[in-house]
Amino acid sequence: MSVGIVMLVHTALGRAEEVVRHWSASGCPVVIHVDRSVPRKTYQKFVRALDDLPDVEFSKRFRCEWGTWGIVAATQAASERMLAQYPQVRHVYLASGSCLPLRPVQELINYLDARPQTDFIESATTADVPWTVGGLDAERFTLRFPFSWKKNRYLFDRYVAWQRFFRMKRKIPGGLVPHMGSQWWCLTRQTLSAILQDPAREEYDRYFRRVWIPDESYFQTMARQYSVNIESRSLTLSKFDYQGKPHIFYDDHLQLLRRSDCFVARKIWPRAQRLYDAFLTDEAGAMSRQEPNPGKIDRIFAKAVERRMRGRAGLYMQSRFPREDWENGVTAAPFSMFQGFAELFDNFEPWLARATDARVHGHLFAPDGVHFADGQNAINGALSDSAVLRDYNANFFLTNLIWNTRGQRQCFQFGPADNQVINWRVAKDPNAQISVISGAWSIPLFRSNADFRDLRKRAAELQKIESDHLDVLRSTWTKARVRIWTMAEFIEAPMEPLQTILDEIGTGTPQRLKEMPRMVSLRGFGQFLQNLKNQGMHPYLMGDFPVEQDVVQHRPEKPPRPYLVR
Amino acid sequence: MGVLGSYRMRLARKRLRIRALRKSPELRRVSDRTDTIRPDEILLFSTMRNEKVRLPYFLDYYRSMGVTHFLIVDNDSTDGSADYLADQADVSVWRTRSSYRKSRYGVDWLNHLQSRYGHGHWCVVVDPDEFLLYPFCDTRPLQALTDWLDTCSIRAFSAMLLDMYPKGRLEDQRYLPGMDPMEIACWFDSGNYSITRNHLYGNLWIQGGPRSRVFFRDEPYRAPALNKIPLVKWDRRYAYVHSTHMLLPRGLNLVYDEWGGEKASGVLLHAKFIDTFADKASEEIERRQHYAESYEYRAYADNLGRDTQLWCKWSEKYINWRQLEILGLMSKGNWA
Repeated sequence: MSVGIVMLVHTALGRAEEVVRHWSASGCPVVIHVDRSVPRKTYQKFVRALDDLPDVEFSKRFRCEWGTWGIVAATQAASERMLAQYPQVRHVYLASGSCLPLRPVQELINYLDARPQTDFIESATTADVPWTVGGLDAERFTLRFPFSWKKNRYLFDRYVAWQRFFRMKRKIPGGLVPHMGSQWWCLTRQTLSAILQDPAREEYDRYFRRVWIPDESYFQTMARQYSVNIESRSLTLSKFDYQGKPHIFYDDHLQLLRRSDCFVARKIWPRAQRLYDAFLTDEAGAMSRQEPNPGKIDRIFAKAVERRMRGRAGLYMQSRFPREDWENGVTAAPFSMFQGFAELFDNFEPWLARATDARVHGHLFAPDGVHFADGQNAINGALSDSAVLRDYNANFFLTNLIWNTRGQRQCFQFGPADNQVINWRVAKDPNAQISVISGAWSIPLFRSNADFRDLRKRAAELQKIESDHLDVLRSTWTKARVRIWTMAEFIEAPMEPLQTILDEIGTGTPQRLKEMPRMVSLRGFGQFLQNLKNQGMHPYLMGDFPVEQDVVQHRPEKPPRPYLVR
Repeated sequence: MGVLGSYRMRLARKRLRIRALRKSPELRRVSDRTDTIRPDEILLFSTMRNEKVRLPYFLDYYRSMGVTHFLIVDNDSTDGSADYLADQADVSVWRTRSSYRKSRYGVDWLNHLQSRYGHGHWCVVVDPDEFLLYPFCDTRPLQALTDWLDTCSIRAFSAMLLDMYPKGRLEDQRYLPGMDPMEIACWFDSGNYSITRNHLYGNLWIQGGPRSRVFFRDEPYRAPALNKIPLVKWDRRYAYVHSTHMLLPRGLNLVYDEWGGEKASGVLLHAKFIDTFADKASEEIERRQHYAESYEYRAYADNLGRDTQLWCKWSEKYINWRQLEILGLMSKGNWA
């Protein structure tokens, strides 16, 4: 009892020859189908090159274009020939010219001998698998596909649309339940001959001739009719990318392939000399195998597809430039933006740095330059502190910063005096934690030593800018975690909001606040606001501050460092 | 872009091709070995002037990658570059004394050579100080990449220009023929690039890096473009528009994914900033043959006089392509 190899070849005939010799050396008969589009001369050279091998035959040639019937016709012809010529063959293995046996052929023979009744063919109903590319799954079997997808994409698409529009449907021949799966199978003589000698084969063939990609469904469907024992998996290791094209193996995959438990791998780059050298050796050389770990191959190729489809969150680069709202992550990591805190508390930044593991920057978007943490003049990625460079593309400055420092949480101060270009980008970013004490921008004005006329003008400007920003933050498109307090609200009970913010940033171990930041003295602030009002400029973002009774009146001028006791 | 816009682009492309043809008599053949080019070979096109010291390493770098023929325009070198190149068995050389600027910085000459010899080939178009890196370049030859691009029906491969610089002054270490320039200039900026989309041509416009950070910090909009598409399966109907930054037809510029995924891309290591640079800068300012009246070179010269360092505390030291992949400067895409 032995295994017969049906091999479909269309390019790299030199490599195919090597593989044929390898199969043949282990006593496996081989029937080769060479694509009709291979020039006659090349074909004849190939045939002559294999002259010396006893059990190698060539079957009738068909033109094999991807997705069309030709491949199935070729497989049928070659299989018929195999069954007729080699009565000792019990299993027929379908392989291609770019397949490479990974394990000694004798192992495959033994394996199949131990399972004489089993058909190895991946076969699943269309309803249950989301494999297909381009939205054609069940429709592969119910529409007609007379036009080539490769050469006549326009007609192909138009005709599909036309059939959908008129709800045209083909009848699936009686008793067939469409199944799909990998093109590369290994069937027993019993099953394969039943398929090929079916009295209704002509009808089935006529039906499948107009099915889309019949090589993935013909044998998969028919085997379900006759097989006693289907094992729905392929013995050929074949990984597909997001377009349904097989991944290609190169020299540097050698160690991975050694650890695969599959018998045959596809598809091999024809110039991968090291792979061919390593696997097309005699048994002694091939036995130096390692512990199988097929999961690793799966992971690597699944990751490649993932990278192509979703990419790395928060990365903008030459080959990944997502349109707005298609970013799969606006930024690379969570970060916090604080507005008004550095104004309300004297030592907010050092306090926050102590209370968390985060890196706490000053006003990154200040007009006079970028205030990086610790007064650095650049940061990871050589991101400069120049305001001109930053403002040239402020959104990129932010996404670059978060990308460059991924692994450490970034916090920064913001305010209406800063560059407002980033507001929408931050608001729409689920990674952003935004905390705003509205109206706190007035504190530096209140404490400054400027002419009141200028203060009034400045206050009006800042209030307008912050009000616009708050509109953005409150819009329905905002995805950031936003908290907004008026200043009056906040100083009423500053502890609770701070605790919430810290908990969300996370310091590793949840802990109670031991120390509060030091709030600036607001004595006379109510009067300051009243003065603005008296000049016709109504500050409203900070909430209600009574004029007479100052909120911090009862506090001493220089409050001691407040400790909390709980 | 509507039908009219597309038609305008078509006209623009035809104009470029006619222009290239018009400039072709300026090229005088020095050694022509193009008859040895076989189908499916990977070709390299380049324009250069007085780069003899770089040539040995440059040629070997691309030879070992799998480039089999070099087609080079020598723009009136005085250091014997042309003779050196003519002695190489896999190099074809053309010589010209005409204006570099008037041939739009060499683009017209190369467009012509490419349409003549590059049709149907994968073509690398680089300067002698640019070194291509692509995913798995340490284990797979360039042909593995081009074969894969062919199976995916991808016609153009992007490789962003990454400015490399030494630590310390440029003049401190001398570059000798045959040396790997990245042994001297092994530092780069990893994360200060900004990108915008050019809606007319569909390409990305990348700026940033050490040149923006040091030379153009007050006028960042003047900083040179870093986006490049140096590897294209050439067709005689194609044309480069500005340097290798963008091409026509516009479809070739879509080397990036717009829906969040990553396409495969590489990096061009730009080893411009070594000791030969200062001489070059002073010469090029005289010649006024470079982009925007040699503005770039003048900015360099102004700064270099003051002993400016490109290196800073946050510079990254170059290790290999995998490092650049992790930093997000290039991507494996779905090539695994």
